Amino acid sequence: MDRNDNTEAPQAILCRGVTKSYRSKTTEAVALRGVDLEVNAGELFMLVGPSGCGKTTLISVIAGILNYDSGKCSVFGQDFKEMSDTERTTYRGRNIGFVFQSYNLIPALTTTENVSIPLLLNGVEREEATRRSAEVLRRVGLGEKLRSLPGELSGGQQQRVAIARALVHNPRLIVCDEPTSALDHATGAEIMELFRREALEGQRTLVIVTHDSRIFHYADRVAVMEDGLVTGIRGKEGG
Amino acid sequence: MLIGNRGKFYAMVFGVALTSLIITQQTSIFLGLMSRTVGFIYDTAQPDLWVMDPKVQFVDDIKPLQDTKLLQVRGVEGVQWAVPLYKGSIRARLPNGTFQTCNVIGLDDATLIAGPPVMVEGTLGDLRRADGVIVDEAAAKGKLAKPGATPDAPKTPLRVGDILELNDNRAVVVGIASVTRTFQSQPVVYTTYSRAMRFAPRERKLLSFILVKAKDGYKLSDVAKRIEKQASLAAFTANQFRGITIRYFMKNTGIPINFGIAIGLGFLVGVAIVGQTFFSFIVDNMRYLGILKAMGASNKLLFQMILLQTFLVGAIGSGLGMGVACFTSILAKNSELAFYLPWQIPVITVLATSLITLITAMASLRKVLRLEPGIVFRG
Repeated sequence: MDRNDNTEAPQAILCRGVTKSYRSKTTEAVALRGVDLEVNAGELFMLVGPSGCGKTTLISVIAGILNYDSGKCSVFGQDFKEMSDTERTTYRGRNIGFVFQSYNLIPALTTTENVSIPLLLNGVEREEATRRSAEVLRRVGLGEKLRSLPGELSGGQQQRVAIARALVHNPRLIVCDEPTSALDHATGAEIMELFRREALEGQRTLVIVTHDSRIFHYADRVAVMEDGLVTGIRGKEGG
Repeated sequence: MLIGNRGKFYAMVFGVALTSLIITQQTSIFLGLMSRTVGFIYDTAQPDLWVMDPKVQFVDDIKPLQDTKLLQVRGVEGVQWAVPLYKGSIRARLPNGTFQTCNVIGLDDATLIAGPPVMVEGTLGDLRRADGVIVDEAAAKGKLAKPGATPDAPKTPLRVGDILELNDNRAVVVGIASVTRTFQSQPVVYTTYSRAMRFAPRERKLLSFILVKAKDGYKLSDVAKRIEKQASLAAFTANQFRGITIRYFMKNTGIPINFGIAIGLGFLVGVAIVGQTFFSFIVDNMRYLGILKAMGASNKLLFQMILLQTFLVGAIGSGLGMGVACFTSILAKNSELAFYLPWQIPVITVLATSLITLITAMASLRKVLRLEPGIVFRG
């Protein structure tokens, strides 16, 4: 996939005073209270904080799958709020990859078919999509499992498939939700090494939401969230 | 995705197959029964017009005419020929002493017009032999067959040369014919008009119908109007008479309602099984649909996926259901079961199952359209 959207943007992500509330008929829960955040292109950025602090809401806003209420949030210079639903869906499909805590691979499809999905959604021919998917699966060490179903793979292998799926269409941003929390320490470390080795190539940006303090050291920067706000950002040396 | 979930896939295919089987079979049996009500009209192909008492409501509703009416009809302009026809119920006494009511058809002695459509044994002309009758094949093998020596012994089919007793009159079987089964599945016995007069219980009037052929160049509707005016009788084409008969049965019997309920229930069963199963499949897979949506799948694409899956289920299910129904129709071919499966019924069944799958897909559509891709980050 060509990355042709506003490549001269200085930041990958820029959020200023972003707020988001969830409303029901009787209650209103404030999830984001004015988040300010900058993430640079080519950076591995982590969002950490206690449960309910707004990490998942923020990552959903950044990934363009949730509208924010006020403030400004742009991804590679594009503000999702200014896009129609169709434009946002298309933009997401081309520029953003997803990795989830529970892998979320479609159980009826083989690993190659699962990895092919983003390419097919972007209009790539099936044959070409299969070829490129197999190539990425080999890169993540699953060359022997091209025809396996997700149920036949270990947790670590499934997460590798999910990473391959996030990489295959060469997105500019990958958002990950707790990618290692379902894995043991050794496998989690392997996955993070894989992220650093494969996912960060070509100025790609990674935003990872995690509780897992064992992997904080893989991040270029770590933002700490509390009660809907980013309360601090630490660099690689912990400063 | 759906085929990956075999349990739900099979449940849906079963639901559609059951619906399609019920709709096809019940409609076919309904049409089979309705066609039996007019079977005699179908079998009597030669006349252009059926002339009868104006009060006649259907083909078995006989209101006899005076014999002089035949002469009056013959005198109407545009009538090429007009022949009498007797149609009535006469009891046959079987060798073991039991009775069987038969539909006796008395044909014009001179022309034998309105004879059975297919002769299996003998010829129509054999009716001219003394006491001659032609018996329908199904009755000859069944209701009029000769009982065995003991109650459990097999019956012997009636053959040419066998003797029947019709209303205390001797009748000799001179032929076996294949005819359309009647609504009440009574044996059909053909004989001459004059012999039928002898067999029939004494009544002042015995002429059931007058069968008319119009002269070339005359419009049937004009000839019918003239007959109605000059003889004070009703005259219908075979099509009209079939319509009148079927409308009578539709209006005055519970048959359409009963079959309509069965067909409607079949449809509802299909909607319930398929709809419920597919809806629960969609709910189970909301996460995956959400992932696809997050990864860039449009609502249109997701709905196309749902439609494709429901129509795949619809096609397989309706094919299976109709296949079983067609197999039943082959088995029913020579049985008592009334089964008529014209090409329109499979078309109706396909439309009905398409409607079920469409309703199912539409019910899921709202869920998909409202799907928040944010679901992918929920635990």
